[in-house]
Amino acid sequence: MEQHIVSAFTDELEQLSADLLGMGGLAEAMIRDACRAVVTRDTALAQTVIDRDAELDAQETECEREVIRLLALRQPLAADLRQVIGAIKLANAIERVGDLAKNIAKRSFAITQEDNRAALHGVERMGQAVSRQLRIALDAYARGDAATAMSVVEQDDDIDSHYNALLRSMLVYMIEDPEQLDARSNFLFIVKNLERIGDHCSNIAKVVYFIATGEPVLSKAERRAIDAAQSKEITS
Amino acid sequence: MADTSSTETVTNSLSADMGDIKIDCRNVNVYYGDKQAIFDVTMTIPDKAVSALIGPSGCGKSTFLRCMNRMNDTIDIARVDGQIFMEGADINDPSIDPVLLRSRVGMVFQKPNPFPKSIYDNIAYGARIHGLAADSSELDEIVETSLRRAGLWDEVKDRLSSPGTGLSGGQQQRLCIARAIAVSPEVILMDEPCSALDPIATSRIEELIDELRERFCIVIVNQSMQQAARVSQRTAFFHLGNLIELGDTETIFTNPADKRTQDYITGRFG
Repeated sequence: MEQHIVSAFTDELEQLSADLLGMGGLAEAMIRDACRAVVTRDTALAQTVIDRDAELDAQETECEREVIRLLALRQPLAADLRQVIGAIKLANAIERVGDLAKNIAKRSFAITQEDNRAALHGVERMGQAVSRQLRIALDAYARGDAATAMSVVEQDDDIDSHYNALLRSMLVYMIEDPEQLDARSNFLFIVKNLERIGDHCSNIAKVVYFIATGEPVLSKAERRAIDAAQSKEITS
Repeated sequence: MADTSSTETVTNSLSADMGDIKIDCRNVNVYYGDKQAIFDVTMTIPDKAVSALIGPSGCGKSTFLRCMNRMNDTIDIARVDGQIFMEGADINDPSIDPVLLRSRVGMVFQKPNPFPKSIYDNIAYGARIHGLAADSSELDEIVETSLRRAGLWDEVKDRLSSPGTGLSGGQQQRLCIARAIAVSPEVILMDEPCSALDPIATSRIEELIDELRERFCIVIVNQSMQQAARVSQRTAFFHLGNLIELGDTETIFTNPADKRTQDYITGRFG
């Protein structure tokens, strides 16, 4: 997009966007490292994830401060307004992703006795899938790319089916060996956290879509209703 | 810019909180001598709503506003073609008396311009020349009602014989609005009515505009986009004499369809 006449305004919007991408990168690394800490039982790595969450919280606060300043001093409109309002929603969603990654890291301490290769493998794969979703959503944000954002929303179903499959296999293990219930219930929370991170990625992508187009992402039911109305119009 | 008329985004549909179409402008062109200032503008203006005309300096918004009460007639080299219907009658028809038209279509200007007379006479003048009051008590009533509607009565009721020019800028502008509504117009045109006022006086005028829209069709030209966003229900964006985009104000300021509208309201060109 072209520069504003007041170039400081352009600089501030670019800074806001760079800050958000920085937050997103931090959260993405936290997901990856939290899952790695679970799989490799690396307590030192888990501790670094926990420590990084405070940094992410501080960045969210800074982002909110910048948004309030832009609203008060620049009175952004149209696409600029969507970018500024979107920024506050994105910062909040990314901060929540960080909280969930931190929770995964904390639970990694409790499962160091666990020796379930299939479960560990499942966590690793699901962790890779959600951090990939986050990376694609952030790339879409950086480029203002509505189509890519939409693809992230659509792929959330894959994460959900991944989660359901993993959940079922965990329940089977738990029934098989009730003595390990304590450790294995932590696995359940870990995969649940990953599933919720997936939901946040989908929400992030919806905000990116809104910033780019000014339109909300419709639910499947809403889209079906519109398609049905349109095809009715064509046939009548 | 090349021919832009084919890319206009004009949404003429009116929402439920507005009245019917009050003014219907069709293919309006305005020329100053050889120079064309307005290019083929077609738009409708709803009753009981505020329509804002925005755009960069020289885009033709004031020129277009002045078509609606034939103020351009007073400029020798100006020529208007196309049709402007007010409730079905073409206001440019030779049978229409421009003086009577201007009593139906009042105007408020950028700089408050009270007559060099008393506050009372500023309001009473129009009512007298149009013969709206049968006696002095009726005239008193018109003066009081107009000043009340303009939100000025309490501030001036004890000094109605003082000169209007002795009021503050914001009060003078409300006096001019009171003067405009004293002749019971149907439409009020406002050409940047707040640009000479401080923020408090501006807020008072904006509040007044919001109250007046229950009774009148209001068309306002704004340099301040934020003000257009605050006071209007519909917004028209003009650029280089063309109407680029017309729609409900919320859409224009949150998700405009045309890139030129977007660039203008986000401060990307002047």
